[in-house]
Amino acid sequence: MSLIGVAGITHTYGDRAVLRNVTLSVDSGEVFALIGPTGAGKTTLLRIMNLLEIPGAGEVYFDGKCIPRVGKQKLEIRRRMSFIQQKPQVFNLSVYDNVACGLRWRGEKKNRTAEKVDHILGMVGLEGYRNRNARTLSGGEAQRVALARSLVLEPDVLLLDEPTANLDPISTAKIEQLISYVAKQRSMTMIMATHDMPQGRQLADRIGVLLAGRLIQTGNASDIFRSPQDEEVAHFVGMENVIEGIISASDEDIATVDIGGNGLQAVSSYPVGKEVCACVRPEDITLALSSTQSSARNSFRSEVTRVTTVGPLSRVELNCGFPLVALITRISAEELDLQVGKEVYATFKATGVHIMERRAG
Amino acid sequence: MRIAARSLSISGTSCLLASLICLPLASLIHFRQFRGKRALVSTIQTLFAMPTVLVGLFVLVLFSRAGPLGLFRILFTPTAMVIGQILLISPLMLGFTISALSGVSREIVDTATSLGASGFQMIWLVLKEARYAVLAAVIMGFARAISEVGCAQIVGGNIKGATRVMTTAIALEASKGDIALGMALGIILLFLALIINIVLNRLQQR
Repeated sequence: MSLIGVAGITHTYGDRAVLRNVTLSVDSGEVFALIGPTGAGKTTLLRIMNLLEIPGAGEVYFDGKCIPRVGKQKLEIRRRMSFIQQKPQVFNLSVYDNVACGLRWRGEKKNRTAEKVDHILGMVGLEGYRNRNARTLSGGEAQRVALARSLVLEPDVLLLDEPTANLDPISTAKIEQLISYVAKQRSMTMIMATHDMPQGRQLADRIGVLLAGRLIQTGNASDIFRSPQDEEVAHFVGMENVIEGIISASDEDIATVDIGGNGLQAVSSYPVGKEVCACVRPEDITLALSSTQSSARNSFRSEVTRVTTVGPLSRVELNCGFPLVALITRISAEELDLQVGKEVYATFKATGVHIMERRAG
Repeated sequence: MRIAARSLSISGTSCLLASLICLPLASLIHFRQFRGKRALVSTIQTLFAMPTVLVGLFVLVLFSRAGPLGLFRILFTPTAMVIGQILLISPLMLGFTISALSGVSREIVDTATSLGASGFQMIWLVLKEARYAVLAAVIMGFARAISEVGCAQIVGGNIKGATRVMTTAIALEASKGDIALGMALGIILLFLALIINIVLNRLQQR
């Protein structure tokens, strides 16, 4: 059942449209990730959901009820959710007082407050910081205080805005661990904005892609990452190979896409003659020195045009009549002795290709 | 040293009462959006420069026998002096408290709202967030109250044993030509201010 949702939200700052007709509904117990580049409107959407901002148009729903724009009811509803901002804002008080303030505002008894706060400080690993002034903490610690301050309220809905932006990898891992722990343990409903796609993928049940104020696609991780709806989403989710072509043959559910004379086979039911884009994730491509027999339907003889190695992975740019990017491990790149001009075979499965309709214009 | 004690108690009382009025009022002005807010804040800031004698004159007229509030018969009493000083330092306290509250970032206010603070809870939190600057506003008010002479002279009348305070005593000694005593009183006044500052600073560091 839908716990929190928005319908037809349009919002502008001055004459800049930040959100355009966004409709979204999140079920009770669901973890929803809102992904999109910086400036896509993620924060604004979360602020509207937390009733911090009144949308230019559209409605916010909570627990099946439409929330009025003004009035006392807003405070009541707001007290059932919690919002963690991108830059953790701690009050100039002790860690304990920071975490306790939400409970005090809700009129919780003193000894219950102390119990709950101490428990949650233990959970986020800040037991020893009880009496420290929260302003003296590092970024990662401050974010944990902010998280504790929200979690201690046991909200029905937790809204997180880029909870790990600006944090080092260790702090990020700690925060992610906490989020997934809470999501599982308390089956809390969460809406999380992030531009870190692996994070969204790892933590969320369902993902929504927000681009330039529009909620373009929602679905589970494999929908979004394997089958983006259009080129914009494809680019954003790291689908580096988006190749334009025309369906030249169709045999049951296997279609052949003509790309400048090369035939590429993919699972698709689009009719012959349709202008499409073929998407292949770079990590789904394997490289070999000779054309080997395999079950993969697509194998192209190609020339290496560029190799760049970042950490354990090598990004290999190829020319096989059309440009193609493959991501392989550094070790295999070394074994294949990939150098510019070298001839290799790029192989990928028909099921690894996602075909989408080319947008007009 | 009764004079010094009187100075302290009159200015202390007016400072305390002014704080009780100004802090909530400043919060209200800061958090409410209304027409003419800017004009109001500018007016308050203009009143920082209010001459002490003018306030004295105003209170004198207000509480003189023939004045609108003459029936209270409080002219030339410490009560009248306290009222005068409250009027004198209120604009200063209001103005500085408002700017202290403005120093609390939008994000902090949003965070508190999001955590479910009601109107009063928010005001209290923001006052606490801005406590150093708010305390500075209160100290400023006290400093102006204890150091002013115009209002104390006009409204209090510098009556020995009743309304004579440090500043009016200094003025009197100076006019009598007893420069040394005047100086001594002045040094005591500054010394008192120093002690109060130290105590308040200790308080805010807790």
